[in-house]
Amino acid sequence: MNYNWNWGIFLAAEPGGTGTYLKYLVVGLGWTLVTALAAWVIALAIGSVVGTLRTTPMPWVVRLGNAYVEIFRNVPLIVQMFLWFFVMPELLPKALGDWVKQVPPPWGSYIPAVLCLGLYTSVRVAEQVKAGINSLSRGQGMAGTALGLTLGQTYRFVLLPMAFRIVLPPLTSEFMNVIKNSSVALTIGLLELTGRARAMQEFSFKVFEAFAAATVIYLLTNLVVVFAMRALERKVRVPGMISASSSAGAH
Amino acid sequence: MFSDYDFDVIQRSAGYLFRDGMTFTLTLTGLAMMGGIFFGTLLAMMRLSPFKALALLAGSYVNLMRSMPLVLVIFWFFFLVPYIGAWIIGAKDPVKVGSFMSCLITFVMFEAAYYCEIMRAGIQSIPRGQVWAGYALGLNYSQTMGRIVLPQAFRNMIPVLLTQTIILFQDTSLVYVISATDFLGAASKVANRDYRLVEMYTFVALVYFIMSYGLSTLVKNLQQRIAIHR
Repeated sequence: MNYNWNWGIFLAAEPGGTGTYLKYLVVGLGWTLVTALAAWVIALAIGSVVGTLRTTPMPWVVRLGNAYVEIFRNVPLIVQMFLWFFVMPELLPKALGDWVKQVPPPWGSYIPAVLCLGLYTSVRVAEQVKAGINSLSRGQGMAGTALGLTLGQTYRFVLLPMAFRIVLPPLTSEFMNVIKNSSVALTIGLLELTGRARAMQEFSFKVFEAFAAATVIYLLTNLVVVFAMRALERKVRVPGMISASSSAGAH
Repeated sequence: MFSDYDFDVIQRSAGYLFRDGMTFTLTLTGLAMMGGIFFGTLLAMMRLSPFKALALLAGSYVNLMRSMPLVLVIFWFFFLVPYIGAWIIGAKDPVKVGSFMSCLITFVMFEAAYYCEIMRAGIQSIPRGQVWAGYALGLNYSQTMGRIVLPQAFRNMIPVLLTQTIILFQDTSLVYVISATDFLGAASKVANRDYRLVEMYTFVALVYFIMSYGLSTLVKNLQQRIAIHR
């Protein structure tokens, strides 16, 4: 291959004046993680509520939850990013919209990116939580009712503590998806890891070094997440159950 | 909020959006699905093969692809394919590759990893006794796979394969990052030219929603129809 490799490029200074390219990429990883974690908090909160509501015996609540899931699942992530970034400020009242547009970088793209990723991921979490609750035997809910618990108490004390421990492995793979999906935020100007690898390639013309470094960083991040979550899964695993492994599919 | 909504811009650009943009998106989705399922099945057979080296090779490829963000993979192939092309035909300089070809190669290679995991699950869902029965009848490996295991694996996995294809259809919008003119790319070009971002992006979202929702409803119905009741 006719390509001049130069791995020393990582120690060269990047044109923005913040230090070496290596530091530039590592800061990018920081942004990736900060974006993914903030989005994950939103996703877990909304996803757990929506997922739980979709298993209740109230038909209109279920229908509302289903509508929410279908809306966020059937529009591509990048289009949702654009809706949050370009369209949302225009639909707000004028003064508020103008204020939103003037939020200085990087927060101007960080906040829409987090909201977008959070809601996008929340429907996936909702699906997992719903599947987890439905995987419990029906007798558990009935037993709760027979003991005189209200619907809320049945969920709080009987169903949810079991369901969350069961859905932990599939949630791990959803968390890795958030990390990967946060790269889409580069389209609205957030300089996270992939965005910075791309910027490095434009400044230095060292295409493959930049992307190779980003790839390695993503691989290492994945490894760390997998090991941390395995440890957590071992700790909270329901005794006597074959731990449900995550299935293949979406990204 | 719809007081200064310019419906005309959508009407004006509909020809361009659908003739150029949607054609690109749908062709890319269709070809990437076929290529992805073909290579995905090969990868699945490699992963399940008794030759450790083959299994390891396929496994590493699948895990590598699955731990990278699609945007990064698109960038990789966008820059890598010209060099690979030059290497194959022995040219000195990187060859020029059109954006469609680059996208197609990216999506075939990337989706193959995801289709592989689906096909692996499909193959593993076939009782082992069927493979033994095939060998007992004197069939060789490719006959057993081609006539007994794979047809059943495909049938069991059709709904999952199609669901993955809907995800692929949505993912093709990410070719925006290399400025390819898919449906979203076309809409964004019109949006920026006429400064009609609100109209174009809400319209794009609506079209994607209707198509994905329609397709997933079809898959759900299909799933109920072809399910084997045991």
